[in-house]
Amino acid sequence: MLAFVLLLVPALTGCVAAAVEWRRWVGWLCTASLGFVLVTGVVLATHVVHRAALSAFSGVLRVDALSAFMVIVIGAIGLLAVCQSVRYLDHEISSGHSSARRATLYAVLVQGFITAMLLAVVAGNVGVMWVAVEATTIITTFLVGYRRTRGALEASWKYIIICSVGIALAFLGTVLVYLAALHVGHGAHVSLQWTSLMSVSHRLDPGVMRLALALLVLGYGTKVGLAPMHSWLPDAHSQAPAPVSALMSGVLLTVAFYVLLRFKAIADGAVGVGFSRMLFVTAGLLSLVVAASLLLSQRDYKRMLAYHSVEHMGLISLGAAAGTPLAIAAVLLHVLGHGLAKAVLFLASGEILLVEGTTEIDQVRALLARRPALGGVFAFGLVALLGLPPFSLFISELNMLRAEVHVGLGWVAALSLVLMAVIFGSVMSHGRHMLFGARSDGESVSHSPSIVTVPLIGALAACGALGVIAWPLDSLLRAAAMVVVK
Amino acid sequence: MNGATYSSFLEIATGLVILCAFVTLWRRSLLAIVRALAVQGMALGVVALVLGFHRHDDVLVIVGCLVVAAKGFVIPTLVTRVLANEPASRETSPLVNVPASLVGAGALTFLAYGATRPVVTLVSTSAGRLVPLGIATMLIGFFSMVVRRKAASQIVGLLLVDNGIALVAFLATAGVPLLVELGASLDVLLVVVVLRVLAVQLWSKFAVLDLDQLQGLHD
Repeated sequence: MLAFVLLLVPALTGCVAAAVEWRRWVGWLCTASLGFVLVTGVVLATHVVHRAALSAFSGVLRVDALSAFMVIVIGAIGLLAVCQSVRYLDHEISSGHSSARRATLYAVLVQGFITAMLLAVVAGNVGVMWVAVEATTIITTFLVGYRRTRGALEASWKYIIICSVGIALAFLGTVLVYLAALHVGHGAHVSLQWTSLMSVSHRLDPGVMRLALALLVLGYGTKVGLAPMHSWLPDAHSQAPAPVSALMSGVLLTVAFYVLLRFKAIADGAVGVGFSRMLFVTAGLLSLVVAASLLLSQRDYKRMLAYHSVEHMGLISLGAAAGTPLAIAAVLLHVLGHGLAKAVLFLASGEILLVEGTTEIDQVRALLARRPALGGVFAFGLVALLGLPPFSLFISELNMLRAEVHVGLGWVAALSLVLMAVIFGSVMSHGRHMLFGARSDGESVSHSPSIVTVPLIGALAACGALGVIAWPLDSLLRAAAMVVVK
Repeated sequence: MNGATYSSFLEIATGLVILCAFVTLWRRSLLAIVRALAVQGMALGVVALVLGFHRHDDVLVIVGCLVVAAKGFVIPTLVTRVLANEPASRETSPLVNVPASLVGAGALTFLAYGATRPVVTLVSTSAGRLVPLGIATMLIGFFSMVVRRKAASQIVGLLLVDNGIALVAFLATAGVPLLVELGASLDVLLVVVVLRVLAVQLWSKFAVLDLDQLQGLHD
């Protein structure tokens, strides 16, 4: 029942936001609803970590350790993005780009977006998961096009066309899984329930399951942003308002990946790990190659962050290909660490755009000297995202590479290290350009408001703390990994 | 309904679905293309109805009626409204000309037969043998999205993909559970509405109708 309340609270908050005119307190109410999601995620996690999964409505909603972990990820990053939305909307209204009516629309869509993501991770039925992921596509299309500029509309057109095709393929994959389940025989109870599919997975027809998994990886992979289906991602993430980019890049990509992990577990039972490993390695390496080559000559810092997401999705895809409990636990830690760091960077870049008025890397100089707090957050965010210690991305990348070597994918680990080095070099050089340098004469130091800096510093601190002490999440990560590893 | 009439009804309706997919490639007038799409939507609904009557499955009969209403009438009307900006609009310069497109679509149909062999072996019913035609419709949809340049043509391509997948779902599994089926149909409807809103905004604010004009974002 707690799972249902979890969905109800952000949805009802959205209804309240729709009913009243936009005021700051509406924004804070939305923030509070995300705080509730985060706390509920922790409660659910402590409940299911050592015990059986919770379920409601005869299994339509089902929370196991993996779902609870994803609820925490959505809650943490959602909290960050929604509280920054208040400042974003304030600025849009005061500068005349937006009206109170459009601000209401924004708040309602964001609450709907978060509810849809929560439904995707607490759904026990793979069909409902599909409906929820598709709902996120429809809702975020309006958020990508929120600014109604030509670029924003172009980005939302590409986004919905490409993702609808992707999600249609995922539907076909789901239909084929259902078809395979219909033919297991022996009067097994057939449904799209994930647990019932898992229980018959070893009896599913291997030929049909191969076709199904390939379609699912193509389809949900489009939403994850895996190459070669990533082409919508840099456009959408660079055109959306910064808090929306933070949500899309920080959580939406990994919610789609979560669904893939569930299907991988079913397919591995039917056809063995070799086939899914081949698919995930191909998609992962291709994503790294695309990210490395397009980051080299990037001129726009929001697009730079977007391609950086393609890289990280490639990395977790390689981790999932290894597929050991250690690898999956590292993948999940990476999902949280990447989500936090990427959300911080997108929110900071929104603030940079607001004060500097440009997204060109060349036009932004000496941030550390001119705006120490904002520049510092951006710098530490980049350090975290590039996988340097003490941030948790260092530990998770290290463990994913170790797991890859352990299962005989040493060449994949070596290749990904080379590509990561290329990406490291190019992002460092772009970052250096934006951050370092001296103030020009007569220019004073500007301070960013603490409503921006304090939450972002808090998120970076959390990301750093997770890299040093893993105890709060350790047992949850292990339990979550065991859900999808036999 | 006896076995022979059942399979011939099913074959005629499925054949009509794939025929309409070819028609969308053959015709250049966007209005004619949307009309072919409406016929295809109705044929798809008939497939569900025939299957539903044959299996005495009331839910499938209801789904069939909904499909006829949504894909035969509502969605085509919505797409026609996108064309209202330019009533006589034609697909003047597709990247691939019509004869070559038709040959390509034929090749895709063969490809569909090859790719779905595991499915056809698993489902040995008369409906199962028609599954490749659903995949072929889907592939033709992809093809038309890639080679056509009008915003409305891309919507049509997307709908062909969706109809093809729905056809596979009906023929192979006699429909996925109702909840998912309704979710899927509602989603398509919403996607078309969203695309229509975007197309209208792009047209009214920036006078964009061709996707070649959308080249602002790149690296």
